[in-house]
Amino acid sequence: MSSSSQAPESWISAFCSLVGHEYFAEVSEDFIEDDFNLTGLQSQVPMYKEALEMILDVEPEDATDEEEEEEEEEEEDEDEMHDGQDGVRTGYRRSAEAAAAAAERSHLRMASDLSMIESSAEMLYGLIHQRFITSRPGIQQMAEKYELGHFGHCPRVFCHGAKVLPVGCSDIPGTETVKLFCPSCLDVYSPPNSRFQTVDGAFFGTTFGCLFFMTFPELDVGGTKASPEPNLSATLPNNTKDPRSSLSSSLTSQQQNPPPVPSSSKTPIPPPPTPQPSSINGVAPKNLAPGLGLGNIYEPRIYGFRVAEVAKTGPRMKWLRQRPTDVNELDECTIFDETQALMRTTDAGEGAGFPDSEMIDENAEVQGNVGEDQDMDASEQQVDAATGETIAQMRDVARRKSNRRRPANGLVNGESHGGTAVRVGDGG
Amino acid sequence: MDDYASDTDSDYTSYWRDWFISSRGNEYFCEIDEDYLTDRFNLTGLNTEVHYYQYALDLVTDVFDMEVDDNMREQIENSARQLYGLVHARYIVTTRGLAKMMEKYKQGVFGKCPRVICESQHLLPMGQHDIAKSSNVKLYCARCEDIYNPKSSRHNTIDGAFFGTSFHNILFQVYPTLLPKKTQRRYEPRIYGFRVHASAALMRWQEERREEMKDRLRIQNMETGFEDEDEGDDDIESEEDEEDEGRDGIDDMFEGRMQPVQ
Ligand SMILES: [Zn+2]
Ligand SMILES: [Zn+2]
Repeated sequence: MSSSSQAPESWISAFCSLVGHEYFAEVSEDFIEDDFNLTGLQSQVPMYKEALEMILDVEPEDATDEEEEEEEEEEEDEDEMHDGQDGVRTGYRRSAEAAAAAAERSHLRMASDLSMIESSAEMLYGLIHQRFITSRPGIQQMAEKYELGHFGHCPRVFCHGAKVLPVGCSDIPGTETVKLFCPSCLDVYSPPNSRFQTVDGAFFGTTFGCLFFMTFPELDVGGTKASPEPNLSATLPNNTKDPRSSLSSSLTSQQQNPPPVPSSSKTPIPPPPTPQPSSINGVAPKNLAPGLGLGNIYEPRIYGFRVAEVAKTGPRMKWLRQRPTDVNELDECTIFDETQALMRTTDAGEGAGFPDSEMIDENAEVQGNVGEDQDMDASEQQVDAATGETIAQMRDVARRKSNRRRPANGLVNGESHGGTAVRVGDGG
Repeated sequence: MDDYASDTDSDYTSYWRDWFISSRGNEYFCEIDEDYLTDRFNLTGLNTEVHYYQYALDLVTDVFDMEVDDNMREQIENSARQLYGLVHARYIVTTRGLAKMMEKYKQGVFGKCPRVICESQHLLPMGQHDIAKSSNVKLYCARCEDIYNPKSSRHNTIDGAFFGTSFHNILFQVYPTLLPKKTQRRYEPRIYGFRVHASAALMRWQEERREEMKDRLRIQNMETGFEDEDEGDDDIESEEDEEDEGRDGIDDMFEGRMQPVQ
């Protein structure tokens, strides 16, 4: 992402070319210069004005002879931010005011000021970046990086090298470092290299990951990269295979007829019984967690025999990697309608099976594809109360047996809209 | 890989196995006891798997003293690595081998689970096949029960058969206290704070499967193995610990039909 050979490198491209900053997109100056895009950031970043000038390479005075060591400041910065999320905003405001006052008192900019501004600039850039990558030019730039594999691949074997995307698990800076979201298994992973462990996850944010794949629904998210399988070069060129070879393998040899199985060749999956829809809940079935489901779940074995579920050490986590072969099982509304119809016919009298519950609250969901032209401002979301209720009831049906309740997680970002489901744009 | 041949000639104090397990990239291997290697019974069948079997065995046990040309030396060297790996797969399911690997596991030699929710759970090396040269070594996480590719490319050329398909499961049979608690927590994709319908529907479906599994376990009076789950909310669970002891037998570990792999 370096296009600056003629002009002196801008602050932004210098920032993006730092080691550990490989995931960042270069925010365009147009985006930064539009005040609307910076709404609310002033109160989050100390020395906001100076930081903004630094990002835009607007030199306030002539003091440029200071070379800054960025890594250290980032850490100091994080320490400050850690004392409580509630305190963050007010803390910033206070320090911003103090800083502003100090700047007025002495108009000679000291080195310490400069380093403070530098770290403020990084914070500000990160927060702008979080917004930029959900804008059209930003998401486009991230798509290019994604296609080029800049973010790496899912470490999970059964994802077959699916490409991942940097995301945050929180939108509040200083909470967590950047993580990688895999669309093939819908899980998040730590970046393999420790240099990313100083990058704040909030600079990518919680929304970007999903928005990205809704914006580009045609992207094939399944892994295609041939895993580095038949690459056991270090060993000898011995190709003779004796089938009755080793003790352990003779016990399991039924399993392996053709030895060099590329891990991408899955076991043949029986075709689903009913015709599959072209879209399920707004996503093409082939792009709905293709790394999960039959053939992509690790099966623990001992000498070729499956370890039973009822064993004390038996598998307990298969559900996490399951996916219905027939995606119609995920069409909750249709299933609900059918269940309702069934209940009406069987027991006409006893129909009050659904507790009205507060669970609707945790049920807020976004449906369908987000068109590229969609303005993602939350205020434009249409609230579809009817659907919300249906889904909530549906879930009660699903939960009749289990009286366990998932913790109602607070929404990370955004409002709950009275706890109803939400459709974004032309959803469904 | 460094070349062993270069520093051998001196005498027998530089043991081949020492050199092998301390070579860069071979961190996952433990040292096989001399006793184990010299017991022919443990090597049954390997003579047909490995070229120059006898020479390779001599080299591994530090009794190889023939003058050979470089090319031959190289081939024997390769065979020795192959032999060591194949014996390793058998050794690490013995009591001694399991103990050694358990120590390495505790120290985190095999790395940590990359899945964020697993919170740096230590991993174990494993193979997807027991036949040599079928697939590379993978890493097993006992918390999410999934397998991952090693981070480092130097581990991505190691044959998975040198660890095998059973070892990591046997280790937890032998050391059940090392088995981590599972977690039901998970990542939930969101947009502006809202769950995304497609993934949320899939997750609900998965969680139904999970609850079904728990029901099956409860019928069998088994612990579910999830954190914050087995204490408190259920009175049956506490009594069931004692009864459990009897059902740990090896037979119980397998699906009813003892059905071999298809
Ligand atoms: Zn994945
Ligand atoms: Zn894990």
